[in-house]
Amino acid sequence: MAYVAVKGGERAIDNAHAWLAETRRGDQAVAEIATDQISEQLGRAVDRVMSEGGLYDRDLAALAIKQAQGDLIEAAFLLRAYRTTLPRFGYSTPVDTGAMHIHRRVSAVFKDLPGGQILGPTYDYTHRLLDFALAAGAAPPAAPQAESGIAAMPRVSDLLDDEGLIEGDGADEGEPGDLTREPLAFPANRALRLQALARGDEGFLLAMGYSTQRGWGGTHPFVGEIRMGEVAVEITPPELGFAIDIGDITLTECQMVNQFAGSKTKPPQFTRGYGLAFGHSERKAMAMALVDRSLRAEELGEEATAPAQNVEFVLYHSDNIEGTGFVEHLKLPHYVDFQSELETIRRMRADAGRAEEMA
Amino acid sequence: MIGYNFAYLDEQTKRMIRRALLKAVAIPGHQVPFGSREMPLPYGWGTGGIQVTAAVLGRQDVLKVIDQGADDTTNAVSIRRFFARTAGVATTTHTAEATVIQTRHRIPEQALREDQIIVYQVPQPEPLSKLEPSRAETRRMHALAEYGPMHVKLYEDITRYGHIAISYDYPVMVNGRYLMSPSPIPAFDNPKLDMMPALQLFGAGREKRIYAIPPYTEVRSLDFDDHPFRATRAPHACGLCGATDSYLDEVVTDDRGGRLFVCSDTDHCETRRAAGHVGEQAMAAE
Amino acid sequence: MTVDLPGFADPVGGAQECFRAVLDAMARPGAIRAAACPPPAKLHAATAAVLLTLVDSETSLWIDPALAAATDWVRFHCGPREVEASQADFVLAASLPALDRLRAGTDEGPDESATVILQVADFAAGQRLRLAGPGLRAPATLDVDGLPTGFLAAWEANHALFPRGVDLILCARDRLACLPRSVRIEKG
Repeated sequence: MAYVAVKGGERAIDNAHAWLAETRRGDQAVAEIATDQISEQLGRAVDRVMSEGGLYDRDLAALAIKQAQGDLIEAAFLLRAYRTTLPRFGYSTPVDTGAMHIHRRVSAVFKDLPGGQILGPTYDYTHRLLDFALAAGAAPPAAPQAESGIAAMPRVSDLLDDEGLIEGDGADEGEPGDLTREPLAFPANRALRLQALARGDEGFLLAMGYSTQRGWGGTHPFVGEIRMGEVAVEITPPELGFAIDIGDITLTECQMVNQFAGSKTKPPQFTRGYGLAFGHSERKAMAMALVDRSLRAEELGEEATAPAQNVEFVLYHSDNIEGTGFVEHLKLPHYVDFQSELETIRRMRADAGRAEEMA
Repeated sequence: MIGYNFAYLDEQTKRMIRRALLKAVAIPGHQVPFGSREMPLPYGWGTGGIQVTAAVLGRQDVLKVIDQGADDTTNAVSIRRFFARTAGVATTTHTAEATVIQTRHRIPEQALREDQIIVYQVPQPEPLSKLEPSRAETRRMHALAEYGPMHVKLYEDITRYGHIAISYDYPVMVNGRYLMSPSPIPAFDNPKLDMMPALQLFGAGREKRIYAIPPYTEVRSLDFDDHPFRATRAPHACGLCGATDSYLDEVVTDDRGGRLFVCSDTDHCETRRAAGHVGEQAMAAE
Repeated sequence: MTVDLPGFADPVGGAQECFRAVLDAMARPGAIRAAACPPPAKLHAATAAVLLTLVDSETSLWIDPALAAATDWVRFHCGPREVEASQADFVLAASLPALDRLRAGTDEGPDESATVILQVADFAAGQRLRLAGPGLRAPATLDVDGLPTGFLAAWEANHALFPRGVDLILCARDRLACLPRSVRIEKG
């Protein structure tokens, strides 16, 4: 066989991309999916991609999902790569989730509370039976509407705080850093950790949070409150000197109430774990709150031995864009390094063979 | 490319990378943290090298991109296209014509010159990572030049195997101060790092580190007096050009043990063949 | 405040060319390279070009009072945080500041150190420096008109901090040369 040095990488790539586009479109007898169908009907996927992509834009997230054939990590990657090229006009003031226009609000610690419990659009009590009627495409019946406006809904953490039973929310810890501009450095403060977790992979955070429940760094969590709804985003342009509303975004917030800490000089208080995610992303927000709390082990004088308590381990491995890139890079050519390993192992085996003969 | 700046990165990002590069040059072998951006190519696929190249590249440059020594491997093609598209620079496959060479896993066979810059793609910039996974801890070890554990690891190899069992990404000491990963180049290439006339820049995008070796800087591969460093290659001549001093790829030609050894540096091989050198297999094919 | 002077005629290409000049000069201590853009009052063309290339709103700068006339131009084009010399990422000076008062970085982060952009008269007469270290195959010489008499001792102290220390970018008219902390300097 005559050997020809491998050529034609360029053509191979072009052909692969053409094939990919064809595969993405699928059977052309089937109607093409539109991005508005994705943003309207695959909302949870859009929410996840916005959270992990670090960019709140439903239309772009829907486009990314379409382009990635529904591969949500790939879609988040597309958003991230786009986001990094955008100029920064300013930073928002902290959003006020206490003033959220609520769609869902549940507390596991009080049976009733001001504003009440609102289940909202949840899968919680659905029976997980495949709905074959959905396959047929029936229009859903209209959902009943509340008659009066929704009452004020103070955060459960604020109710506990009024009595001094829970620690503060850490709002006075100064300006948060920005992971997307400055590389992670240790020790990483809580604001920076929360920023990393908010962009972190839902599956990773779920596993880490779950591990704390099974004894790998337990935190005795109660869901103080989960709330989901719209909040106003405001910025303060320096030339105006006051805040202006630039629009609403949907957020899911989870406040975990965890077992108390205290000392001889300081009376015990409940501690907090905090989770916040774009859109309706409840699993993500809850897992994030568990992990946030477990990462505070050192700060709260607890022994940090479990994986979910190791700040460096969690923060360096929570990003699925970094993780997928490095795992998948193993499929790139490694001929050269492998060849050097081949030479080394052959040499060592030859040495071992000679040593055996001499013995 | 419409909608994007020259060489993709915005000017503020380039300034940030340029500042990191200057500090890296001033502290040879020290890993400088930088605000690595998300690139339109995946982490682990050369994003660090691409960012360094983007910060360095000018309209007058001629760019060569290689992966495994070859210009035509798919990822090299992809990166070369990225710059042809975003910067419109001239590209070449000839080592001698290039002013900037971005590489993954090899140093070209042809000696580089003072007017060239070589940019390495680095997957894992931390040479101590296999001994100590915590970056907070390895940073401390570099601060104290605490490199004993690496020597112990190498010595354990010798007692166990009779040799140092590292064959690529072989750790080096730069300017007598910093232990450095040369990226996963074969140990065969390590001697080229030492006193190289060209400026050597290293970019690790995912790990967000940049480092450098200035020209004419001492780079020593770790070894012991009784077990000196040895650069090894497959003990064959290139089947195509007959070279006996180049690094070789092993190609499996059949399922009966057939092997062909060819230069991993495709430009080196082609240049030699153009000059009339013929290897055994090439002769047999004629 | 009015700033009439432009920066680089070609901002992208101008900054890239100047950066390559600085990079090459930093990699080869003592090598003299060209860099220029139309300067404001008090600054040389190379000094202005280096500022445009490296300093922006993400960096901090101290401006030597002797160069205060250039402040508006620097604010307009670069917009750095203006800080004390001892805190600055970049120190813009018309005469050598006390190097031991500037940020030298930490043992873990020696890169978190100051870069001094020092404007000098010329690379002809003046002190002859003999340079050795990384970047130099053989010792090189650099003539600098505009360094104080105590420079060699100040540099020796700076070099002794290695890997900590400050780095110098010397600018004279439309030329520049660099002295990274890694270089050893003797009287030439």
